[in-house]
Amino acid sequence: MSQQTTQPVKYDADERGYFGQTWGGRFMPEALVAALDELTDAWQDAMADPAFVSEFERVLRDYAGTPSRLYHAERLSRTVGARVLLKREDLNHTGAHKIRNVMGQALLTKRMGKTRVIAETGAGQHGVASATAAAYFDLDCTVYMGAVDTRRQALNVARMQLLGAKVVPVESGSATLKDAINEAMRDWVASVDRTAYLFGTAAGPHPFPSMVRDFCRGIGDEARQQCLDQYGVLPDAVAACVGGGSNAIGLFTAFLEDEGVEIHGFEPGGDGVETGRHAATIHAGEAGVLHGARTYVLQDEDGQTVESHSISAGLDYPGVGPQHSWLAALGRATYTPVTDAQAMEAMALLSRTEGIIPAIETAHAVYGALDVARRLGAEKGPDATVIINLSGRGDKDMGTAIEWFGLGDADGEAEPVVATAPGEEA
Amino acid sequence: MGSTPTSTTQAFDKARAESRSALVGYLPAGFPSVEGSITALRAMVEAGCDVIEIGLPYSDPVMDGPTIQAAAQQALERGVRTADVLRVVEAVAETGVPTLVMTYWNPIERYGVERWASDLAKAGGAGMITPDITPDHGSAWIDAADAHDLDKVFLVAPSSTDDRIAMTAAESRGFVYAAAVMGVTGARDASSDLAGPLVGRVRASGDIPVAVGIGVSNGDQAADVAAYADGVIVGSAFVRCLLDHADDEAAGLEALRALTTDLAEGVRRGAR
Repeated sequence: MSQQTTQPVKYDADERGYFGQTWGGRFMPEALVAALDELTDAWQDAMADPAFVSEFERVLRDYAGTPSRLYHAERLSRTVGARVLLKREDLNHTGAHKIRNVMGQALLTKRMGKTRVIAETGAGQHGVASATAAAYFDLDCTVYMGAVDTRRQALNVARMQLLGAKVVPVESGSATLKDAINEAMRDWVASVDRTAYLFGTAAGPHPFPSMVRDFCRGIGDEARQQCLDQYGVLPDAVAACVGGGSNAIGLFTAFLEDEGVEIHGFEPGGDGVETGRHAATIHAGEAGVLHGARTYVLQDEDGQTVESHSISAGLDYPGVGPQHSWLAALGRATYTPVTDAQAMEAMALLSRTEGIIPAIETAHAVYGALDVARRLGAEKGPDATVIINLSGRGDKDMGTAIEWFGLGDADGEAEPVVATAPGEEA
Repeated sequence: MGSTPTSTTQAFDKARAESRSALVGYLPAGFPSVEGSITALRAMVEAGCDVIEIGLPYSDPVMDGPTIQAAAQQALERGVRTADVLRVVEAVAETGVPTLVMTYWNPIERYGVERWASDLAKAGGAGMITPDITPDHGSAWIDAADAHDLDKVFLVAPSSTDDRIAMTAAESRGFVYAAAVMGVTGARDASSDLAGPLVGRVRASGDIPVAVGIGVSNGDQAADVAAYADGVIVGSAFVRCLLDHADDEAAGLEALRALTTDLAEGVRRGAR
């Protein structure tokens, strides 16, 4: 143990929603303060109520399929010389970790007596999850989606509609995710009496960063116990992709106090951070206020939000959850960019070595984590253990994969996709 | 030019002495251009606005409806900068009318809160209206505003609790902005059964003037609001004048003057 007598580091937010007294908070119109206060009270009351907690666990287990498996990827492990464990959130109902968040928020909505939910969505995954939860709990559902995204993701629009949700294309601003959030906020200001805003990530004004984390933290709580049960050790490192950061904070939370466990977040590096076309908010952004929280933001010198770029729509966001900003500032977690090309390479690698097609979001974590695993394997030997949050499955990304790899023409002369592990490139 | 600047409080006092409401007019800086916005705002002053709000265009305006969003986006696309906003403030404040900046928070934090307060005061600005910070999360701005003798205009809403209204009124200087419908900015029928009671609740917590933003777009609506409020805030309707005459500056200014005149008569008809 260290001889220093410093106070234990506080990773959680204070009662006003500030992490480390700086990050997060609630920079919001007064018109929404009463609703945010009501939500904060309801969430805290619910989390302290064993009946709510057990109902949440039951719904996740019976309907969403949790706990998800912790799977030892043996071929991949041999490739990098360390034990690689995949937290199979891709096997949850709707194919990603996001079901945890929406089922939690929708259950809370019912408890609060509200009858309608709204949500924002980028590629449509959170929208589909919200529409699913709304169907399950019999709530009206409206999803705001950038008009650019509704055109790119017609299949997800159709899924939401089939699930009974109304999808509203947003034409303002850059007509993408951040503008969908703005529009959902505008709806909420006008409809707050009967409407809950199912926020899609662990960002936004207090209490969303903490509340979404609480609904997602089962990922890490399960993985930590599974790792102990299955291997008798804690992992040496845990890794996840970070857009807004809900799957990452859901994994990281259980390990924050385990100071020996390295925590790695992988941000979307787009075409490369040096090109300016990326969404590596922590790595390349600066502190600011976006969507109600102080956090790292991609912004110009006047504080105008800069458009982000990533091959993965789910990571394409110019902000990030404030707790990640705090963990980065503390040095408790490390955030590293992974480019589009590297993520696509990892998508192919995981598909070929394990028979698992990951979401492109997830592939960012796979690429970065294999670098970490290779290093830890060299340092500590083949029992070095890395847990990767396999946050979502890749079915939704096949259009991008077809285009990227030139797939889909069975009669063509296309070479098979070459999959090399990170560090093995010529 | 160069009249002695009137403070926001004096402008409301003057209106009160005349048994009428003050007319508070809004336009974003840089719309339709930096020079164009100066010309337009001066026309609004000449035609009868008592207080001016200058919007600082921002990429993510969560409280604004489509009209003001469109204007702000156009201003940003044409390259308006934070420093340009100060130039517009200076040119309008020269008329002697109290001139406030209405802005979302991030551009101010980015500029540097203390530096901004200092530069705004130097430009002759009276203060700032902050739609996305509340006093309980606004200590940096409150400290800087107090240090530079600037007005702090915070918002209240129908959903605000009495405790929060009292806290907001106590922390505000100049006036309290009552956003009297639950929703974004924009012209609407301007009748809300929420507005009167909201004004009453602010009055119960002190004697700071209360101005109402409720989507007023003509003199009759202004008269209705003037019957119970110390100030009538008009934004989208002014923006609409310029959007509707985008290709004809003279016609846009004519429409702006005519609207201002109508509204100025309206706030005098609604005598209390």
